[in-house]
Amino acid sequence: MQSNDILINIVRFIALVFIQVLLLNNINLGGYINPFLYIYFILLFPLDGNKSLLIFLSFLLGLSIDIFEDSGGVHAAASAFIAYIRPIVLKYSFGVSYEYKSVKIKKADTTEKITYITSLVLMHHFVMFSLEIFSFKHIPLLLKSTLFSGIFTIVLTMCTMILFNRKSK
Amino acid sequence: MQQIIFFFIRNKNFLLFAVLFIIAIALTIQSHNYHNNKFISSANVVTGGIYTVRNNITDYFTLAKENEDLLQENLMLRKKLSQYKELNLAPTLDSGNILNKFEYYSARVINNNYSKTKNQLTLDKGRSDSIKRDYGVISSKGIVGIVSDVSNNYSTVQSILNTKSRINAKLKKSSHFGSLIWNTKNPNIAQLIDIPRIADIEKGDTIITGGRSTIFPEGVLIGTVKDFHLDNDDNYYYVNIDLFNDMTSLEHVFLIKNNDAIEINELEKGVEDAE
Repeated sequence: MQSNDILINIVRFIALVFIQVLLLNNINLGGYINPFLYIYFILLFPLDGNKSLLIFLSFLLGLSIDIFEDSGGVHAAASAFIAYIRPIVLKYSFGVSYEYKSVKIKKADTTEKITYITSLVLMHHFVMFSLEIFSFKHIPLLLKSTLFSGIFTIVLTMCTMILFNRKSK
Repeated sequence: MQQIIFFFIRNKNFLLFAVLFIIAIALTIQSHNYHNNKFISSANVVTGGIYTVRNNITDYFTLAKENEDLLQENLMLRKKLSQYKELNLAPTLDSGNILNKFEYYSARVINNNYSKTKNQLTLDKGRSDSIKRDYGVISSKGIVGIVSDVSNNYSTVQSILNTKSRINAKLKKSSHFGSLIWNTKNPNIAQLIDIPRIADIEKGDTIITGGRSTIFPEGVLIGTVKDFHLDNDDNYYYVNIDLFNDMTSLEHVFLIKNNDAIEINELEKGVEDAE
């Protein structure tokens, strides 16, 4: 990681927490659908960055959201989980090119990008909602929340990626 | 020894993840427990401050509705006052000497959520305004929740839209009582369970708080009966209630302190100990 990368990631961390708690948590589309854009930080963390550092930072990121939301540790658990599982998902969605560290997430093939984002977002939402709901009685609600919030998050993540990609060119 | 160290180095990512995951799960489980001091809650200086700044801005957008609500409440209070005057119930004692059973404080909602299964509100009053845990929270239209955590300047409230909440409630006309719960489906509809089968219940009946708890005074408005059916055992009604309060837009609320709460709780605890 270069010093430029470090700065970008610090700014991204703080900006995403604020956007999430002040703006996105109040959308409540259809009563309960909110996007969780803050995992954009985990998705775009440099591929050659330290993996332990990513797990720790993701935990902190989730915990910050939890403190604002009064939700215990559900976001922290889900974020640490996808940070840990990220190398496996990377290998599975980008294939061999990931092994040679030649991939750049922003410039990758669209299909591969969608696979990568979709898998991580759905895993994150599933872990988060199961911990939040925490009861077998509400499994339909769990699946419904995961699906709809997941779609919302994926669309928003793609839009953010396109938006910031164009700027940097 | 060397092998143990190698093992740790090889699996350091997994071990780090496992430790953090367990901490997060512990925090989650602890937050499901109502009567525990929370390590993390939005009633702290940083989050409370940020939410206050946001609210100072967004407050202006709801001014029209707030005014309308205040007008309605004034109207209702005026009507009640004139009724009292007609009844000639003017107080003859110096009211300053009598300790009221309930004391009221006002507060502003600086954060409100209603889309989760365990919803919380954050208020801008805390310990320094003599707010304590277990105070009841109502708005001008009806019941809101119970104070669950307090910091120096902020407090969090467990909303009635929370699967952990169970509040004593009754039918206004017949005083049959049950528990108010929430099935997570709709923020405008709560459920009343354990109403006995013999209760005479109809659509549109008013539901109020029961006064059996030490938190809420008797007769705080909750909502009207939307529909009802017998539960699986055919012994109790399961009632859907249209809440009077719009839980999705709360601005100003009142906190209720019950001056007798400590005495009642100690007395009841004494009875339990004796048994």
